[in-house]
Amino acid sequence: MSESTLLLDHGSGGMASNRLIGDLFFKHFGNPILNEMNDAALLDITGPITMSTDSYTVDPIFFPGGNIGTLAVHGTVNDVAMLGAKPRYLSCGFIIEEGLKMSTLEKIVIEMAQAAKEADVLIVTGDTKVVPRGCVDKIFINTTGVGELILPEATSGAHAKPGDAVLVSGTMGDHGLTVLSNREGLNFATDVQSDSAPLNHIIEALINEIGDIHVLRDPTRGGLATTLNEIAGQSKVTIKLIENQVPVRESVRNGCSFLGLDPFYLANEGKLICILPQEKAEAALTLMRTMKYGEEAVQVGTVLDPENSPGKAGQVVLETPLGGHRLLNMLEGEQLPRIC
Amino acid sequence: MNVSDSFKDPELCKKLLEQLHNELDAPLRFMEVCGTHTVAIFQSGLRQLLPKEIVHLSGPGCPVCVTHESEVAAFLDLAEKDDVIIATFGDLMRVPGPKGRNLKLAKAEGARIEIVYSPLDALKLAQNNPNDTVVFLGVGFETTAPTIAASIMMAKQQNIANFKVLSFHKLVPPALKVLLDDPECAVDAFLLPGHVSTILGMEPYHFVAERYNTPGVITGFDPVDILESLLIMVEQRKKGKASIVNQYKRAVSDSGNARAREIMFSVFDVAEAQWRGVGTIPDSGLVFNDEYAEFDALKALNITLTEVPQTPGCKCGEVLKGKMQPNDCPLFAKACTPAKPVGPCMVSTEGSCAAYFKYQVTA
Repeated sequence: MSESTLLLDHGSGGMASNRLIGDLFFKHFGNPILNEMNDAALLDITGPITMSTDSYTVDPIFFPGGNIGTLAVHGTVNDVAMLGAKPRYLSCGFIIEEGLKMSTLEKIVIEMAQAAKEADVLIVTGDTKVVPRGCVDKIFINTTGVGELILPEATSGAHAKPGDAVLVSGTMGDHGLTVLSNREGLNFATDVQSDSAPLNHIIEALINEIGDIHVLRDPTRGGLATTLNEIAGQSKVTIKLIENQVPVRESVRNGCSFLGLDPFYLANEGKLICILPQEKAEAALTLMRTMKYGEEAVQVGTVLDPENSPGKAGQVVLETPLGGHRLLNMLEGEQLPRIC
Repeated sequence: MNVSDSFKDPELCKKLLEQLHNELDAPLRFMEVCGTHTVAIFQSGLRQLLPKEIVHLSGPGCPVCVTHESEVAAFLDLAEKDDVIIATFGDLMRVPGPKGRNLKLAKAEGARIEIVYSPLDALKLAQNNPNDTVVFLGVGFETTAPTIAASIMMAKQQNIANFKVLSFHKLVPPALKVLLDDPECAVDAFLLPGHVSTILGMEPYHFVAERYNTPGVITGFDPVDILESLLIMVEQRKKGKASIVNQYKRAVSDSGNARAREIMFSVFDVAEAQWRGVGTIPDSGLVFNDEYAEFDALKALNITLTEVPQTPGCKCGEVLKGKMQPNDCPLFAKACTPAKPVGPCMVSTEGSCAAYFKYQVTA
């Protein structure tokens, strides 16, 4: 791009907009569907589809392990895939504050294009608005994704059954603590990094090679604890989580301890929860561990019949290393760092 | 296993628990003065494993919980002032004030409130906003007061005149005295706060043992710390002689942190303070001394504390004095929940009501 700063002109629909679209978005996102330049994208898709939309407003927009753009691709790709689908297409809407450096936007767009390529999805339609300074914080991105269901029946949070195993694809809390520590300029956790990553390839492999997957979820906002509570509620079961089997990086644990936060409630952007019959657990773990983004997969718990468990239907019970049990509730509001 | 993990070691805990079961010869009512201990006991699953004869009572050691209603009202008044930016630790955002209002709501309605992680961040905020007055909400015990005092000293050195602090600090030992003087106080021993003691050391607690013949153990927040402390309490009772023991030597020096105390008392004088649910306690608060009076938000912004009627039915005071268990409060989990807290004990991450609500297991 020859221009160095985003101006309101770039969202006007005129020449400046055209230059932005041509020199930046088409250059990096270009594909036969997008290049048609029609009012809508004509998609080649069959059968039941899954669809998801999300808006990304993360602060800071760049953080170790990713940026707002890669997050927008990974987040929506993962949401679309979690029903047991192969994500195919993304739309992408940008709301940009005037004054943003063009080089900043270009960096975001280039990395989004790489993220889309890795996830094997096409960005087929989009929109750009430039708004007066102060109306948004630098840049907001909305992505909508569609995917083709590759399971005969979609997975659902309502399908967990007593006797199932609860697996996670890796460590918990990395993204949440990274964003928080970078937002506040805290220097205690210099080696933490977001786990932002596409999980659709792992999901496809699990479906094709293991099968009988009951639940797939990505524990984003609210983290592992909140997501498991949602699943327990939807399926009317108790989920028992074994505390010392849940993988948490030492740096994340220390950072959380410093701030009075619980890693089980921190967001993840490159991890999945997979619930399936216990007899399939070992094979699923072995498979995940051979794949990028699944190397640290482990079983963290089991699904119990509420009649025969330390909790009630809809509850998540945590077994502590001492062998005691306590509730792992849904969080009320956001986690706030404590005074002492 | 590193040093920190050894204090969580399940095998060691098992042995200590067995020992505790064997040694315990009578019911033991101990008070965890500090909210972090309450949470640690629940979080580790220890509560369920302790002998049933051990009753643990929550104490007045959660800084948010003991912040008086009139002080919360002052935060909210401050939020309405033009040209003021409030800087605060996150805990205070959801504390209910008069008519159920809180800082979170005030922020949503336009008040300028920033959550900070250190008073030094608030100082930076003042430097970056020279046309506004940045007021840091100085809530906390001896643990946080020295850092806040250091930020005030720095503001004076650097002539940052738009930085102010609302000092509602509380001091822990005078509150223990109030509890011990209360004839209804049925505490057999105190689990003394680890964080506060890093500053205080052992000396300020000696009166607990000497004058009231009540044991006190300064301890950490891991299960091994807590179990060892309980064993010390049981042993002392058997011998019939109380003393103060520093079990947390890996973090707390017997003499505390003299430099931190020096900084704290360079800026603040000791004065009486109002404690929510407990009342006015002599020599239990910190007010600005003359040398640093220009940084006192109360004076600079002409804030007066007004009488606020106590919330009907709220038993936070009884809970903080160890006279009532959180789930015996008639409002607990009914009118008062983390989603709609009536009192701050249900708000703070270290509040005993919030801990009981959050971690309770029915079976």
